[in-house]
Amino acid sequence: MRRVVVTGLGAISPLGNSVETNWNSLLENKSGIKKITRFNVEGYPCKIAGTIDDDLIDENIVPLREQRRIDRFITLGMIAAHEAFLDADFIPNDEEANRYGVIIGSGIGGLDTIYKNSSILDNQGIRKISPFFIPSSLINLTSGQVSIKYGLKGPNSSPVTACATGTHAIGDSFTLIKNNKADLMICGGSEAAVCNLGIAGFAAARALCDTFNDDPEAGSRPWDKRRSGFVMGEGAGVLVLEEYEHAKKRGAKIYGEIKGYGLSGDAFHITKPSEDGNGGYRAMEMAVKESELPLESIQYINAHGTSTPVGDLIELSAVERMFENNKNIFMSSNKSAIGHLLGAAGAVEAVFTLKSLQNCIIPATLNLDDPQRETFIDLVPKKLKEVKIKNAISNSFGFGGTNASLVMGSI
Amino acid sequence: MSDIEERVKKIVVEHLGVEESKIESDSKFIDDLGADSLDTVELVMAFEEEFGCEIPDDAAEKIVTMKDAVSFLTANSN
Repeated sequence: MRRVVVTGLGAISPLGNSVETNWNSLLENKSGIKKITRFNVEGYPCKIAGTIDDDLIDENIVPLREQRRIDRFITLGMIAAHEAFLDADFIPNDEEANRYGVIIGSGIGGLDTIYKNSSILDNQGIRKISPFFIPSSLINLTSGQVSIKYGLKGPNSSPVTACATGTHAIGDSFTLIKNNKADLMICGGSEAAVCNLGIAGFAAARALCDTFNDDPEAGSRPWDKRRSGFVMGEGAGVLVLEEYEHAKKRGAKIYGEIKGYGLSGDAFHITKPSEDGNGGYRAMEMAVKESELPLESIQYINAHGTSTPVGDLIELSAVERMFENNKNIFMSSNKSAIGHLLGAAGAVEAVFTLKSLQNCIIPATLNLDDPQRETFIDLVPKKLKEVKIKNAISNSFGFGGTNASLVMGSI
Repeated sequence: MSDIEERVKKIVVEHLGVEESKIESDSKFIDDLGADSLDTVELVMAFEEEFGCEIPDDAAEKIVTMKDAVSFLTANSN
């Protein structure tokens, strides 16, 4: 049986441009949510988001000239991939390059680039459309760019499963390594949809927080009574997954192991999760089954927890149902600090889950002043907890009724 | 160096990320300056923008070197 371990991590989010700054800020209860200043939000019901300042985007990793030819979501993906790649301390050689692949997805891709080119086409005509328009906005181009930069010739694809993308990317990569189709995968998700069309679209779907425009840091508040929708964030998370013996042989540092992956469909509604939480439950159940772990050995759920009125309670119910015989269970939401990174969320949250496992620290759920209802689950309100964690689940659910769960644990 | 040549060179430096000193009059955009086919499309668009002219596709195909670009733009720019 081939085992799959994590040997490299990379992250850029509203909390910073490295895993270390992200993790430290998370433990300090910092919030990355601010007023949107990148475009005019007059008349927008939601005026806040988790954004990354341009000066945090390192031109030595992605030169400005290159950035102009790729959408921001690809730039962010390449920054996180660079960190993960360096962290894994791995130099691929040509002979084995066919065994090393890339699966980095995005929920939406180059939305802002598409918007801008659409305006150019309408106002200036076809001759002004850039030849880089299509390759700068296609979702699989982060995987493409990363494979070209590092010479990785193995499996190359990109899931597009809305807010579950990052988790599917990691799970699919895990499956490929486990089934002996690759030895090493660079995987994760990236997103940069904090643009006028992105905010306008999610606002029109009534998905965004619209009650904390004057107090941005309080906007993302999973399970709290005053939550009113999610706060969008941008960023990318990338992991290096590696077959265990491959990693051991080269003496790689190991953060933890991916032990199980589950996925399911709600078959219910385009934006709402199924009310009984059965979709999320079945994704977790499949992941736990693959891990072969007893439920008592799982201590922590890194929740999808988006701060939406409906979704938060459905996930809570599904987790309660699963752990009804294991009352010593913790669940927190990183989205309270970074917002909802859509297709990157599951990837950045997997990075945080691995840091939680490594350090035995559960980051707090910020702004959880007054939980919507009582639960036996410890939702880690407002203050981190130090808990001996051996195994954890990370959940991601997306529009279209798509659900994904990972079981990660210490080796 | 003519004003037109100077402006063409500036565009090439900006779009292809090459050093100005490496650009010669007979430098080929693809073979010598590292451009690919998408780069050349973008270069032609930048020339059109800078010089306020239209470069039809059949003319664009003949612009292979710095010298080609400068001659075309000298004859056709407004």
